[in-house]
Amino acid sequence: MLLDLQGISLSFGGVQALDDVSLSVPSGAIKAVIGPNGAGKTTLFNLVSGFLQPQEGRIFFKGEEIQGQPAHVLAARGIGRTFQLVQLFDHMTVLENVMVGCHRRGRAGLLAGALRLPWTFPEEKDIRRWAWEALEFVGLTNRAHHFAAVLPLGLKRLLEIARALAAQPTILLLDEPASGLDAVETERLRDMILALRDQGITILLVEHDMSLTMDVAEEIAVLNYGRLIADGPPRAIQKHPEVIAAYLGTDWQA
Amino acid sequence: MGDALGEGFIRRLFNRWTLFAAMAALVAVVLENNYYLSLLNFIGIHAILVVGLNLLMGYGGQISLGHAAFFGLGAYTSGILTASYGVNPWLALIAGLIVCGIAAFLIGVPALKLHGYYLAMATLGFGIIVYIVLNEALPWTGGPSGLSGIPSLSLGGLKLDTPWRLYFLIWLTVWAILLISANLVDSRTGRALRALHDSEAAARSLGVDTARLKLQVFIWSALYASLAGSLYAHTLNFVAPASFGFMFSIKLVTMVVLGGMASIWGSLLGAAVLTVLPELLAVFHDYETIVFGAILMVVMIFLPRGLVRGILDLRELRKYKREGVR
Repeated sequence: MLLDLQGISLSFGGVQALDDVSLSVPSGAIKAVIGPNGAGKTTLFNLVSGFLQPQEGRIFFKGEEIQGQPAHVLAARGIGRTFQLVQLFDHMTVLENVMVGCHRRGRAGLLAGALRLPWTFPEEKDIRRWAWEALEFVGLTNRAHHFAAVLPLGLKRLLEIARALAAQPTILLLDEPASGLDAVETERLRDMILALRDQGITILLVEHDMSLTMDVAEEIAVLNYGRLIADGPPRAIQKHPEVIAAYLGTDWQA
Repeated sequence: MGDALGEGFIRRLFNRWTLFAAMAALVAVVLENNYYLSLLNFIGIHAILVVGLNLLMGYGGQISLGHAAFFGLGAYTSGILTASYGVNPWLALIAGLIVCGIAAFLIGVPALKLHGYYLAMATLGFGIIVYIVLNEALPWTGGPSGLSGIPSLSLGGLKLDTPWRLYFLIWLTVWAILLISANLVDSRTGRALRALHDSEAAARSLGVDTARLKLQVFIWSALYASLAGSLYAHTLNFVAPASFGFMFSIKLVTMVVLGGMASIWGSLLGAAVLTVLPELLAVFHDYETIVFGAILMVVMIFLPRGLVRGILDLRELRKYKREGVR
């Protein structure tokens, strides 16, 4: 198992956001976490990526315990993520956004950068090339020199993925990547997620778009009010009585 | 593609920098009036301070309300070491940098661990403490009446004691500081800094140690202030606490805002405008503060991103309209 959560609990004040949740993500898989709003999906992401710490339970990544480590350390160890509400660097260009994604692949510090020491030149060139490649992957090279803020939402989501990819994650956490996308863009996203898996990147996905989720995910975990109510292949999840009850009234194939 | 564009950028930058140096040199040749030259020298000293503060504020999104204190620490370290102990001015300048670096580290470590505006609070307190110490530590600082007898800097036997000679030293320093700062902004660390200003969470998710980076840039901007302070002490040959009070910290923040947050060249403009303005407005005496405030208000309302950015924005907007983007 690449990622293994064991008995995770976390509450905010009186609200039990996650209650004794255990789930695991096999290496190279696409796993989805679904559930109604407020089920604790984003909280789960924040725990795995180091933005929150669990009150109980343990998280293993590549076989090592990682809870308690700050977000930037986990990022450097290969946990990449996107955000439910897109978090771009609005005052920077599209290319620069992705160049920040390459941060952990570079070495140049403040002084070296300020003095433009000769050894930083090849590194800058590499960062530029890597960033460009990530933009090519999501098809945003024609927007490279626009400010991130002016992109439409669909392209912002793609840029966020490109930026996360530039950091060469082992596992990529995608938090509702299809929300705000139109049908064509969602189709493109679907192909992209599959292509990433083929490149060997493990994907953990939170998504409300059920057809996309059922389409790409090999395993689905279902959260409801902070509890894990089901975990298994899509077909089994669709027939799971508790899941159907939790989703009563919603259209599976929407 | 990306690389060709990078080369073009360096070429453009190179032209801009040489042009600036040529202009500065030309000014020195044309201007013989000592008053204007010393005014320019003070603009230069302020510009160094403002660029440093802008790296912290405009790019990093952290506010320092005590930058006058770092300026003062640099000035007094240089002043006391040279006037009272006969230390070589250049060594004293380095001592000032070390003192300010340590002070910034000690303030920054606890203040920057917390989110929000703790750095503003901590530096505000620090500024007041330094101001009190400068006033009260009579045996070393000379108290409110100041410290005189600070020798001039000298370069290879040439004493830099006239405005004209100092002009070259100060503006060469300004040139270097602007260049270094522009380099920094466009480097790996500079990008991470701008990134954390826009979204700290996203920056952390990409492996940027934001707490460490904020501390680094805070210390870096304090070093600029110290350098400016040392130059100030050797230019005036006299320092007094009144120059390093809270109002001057606020004035520096105003220079940053007026010139434009996150604008290196704006810093130069902000420093120039707010250094010249009081000189021009001195005739108004009683109304100086009012006119000052009115101009500021107008700029903040109509050009909230500062003079340089504001004008660039207007141009950008026209371009967008022409190209039909958006």
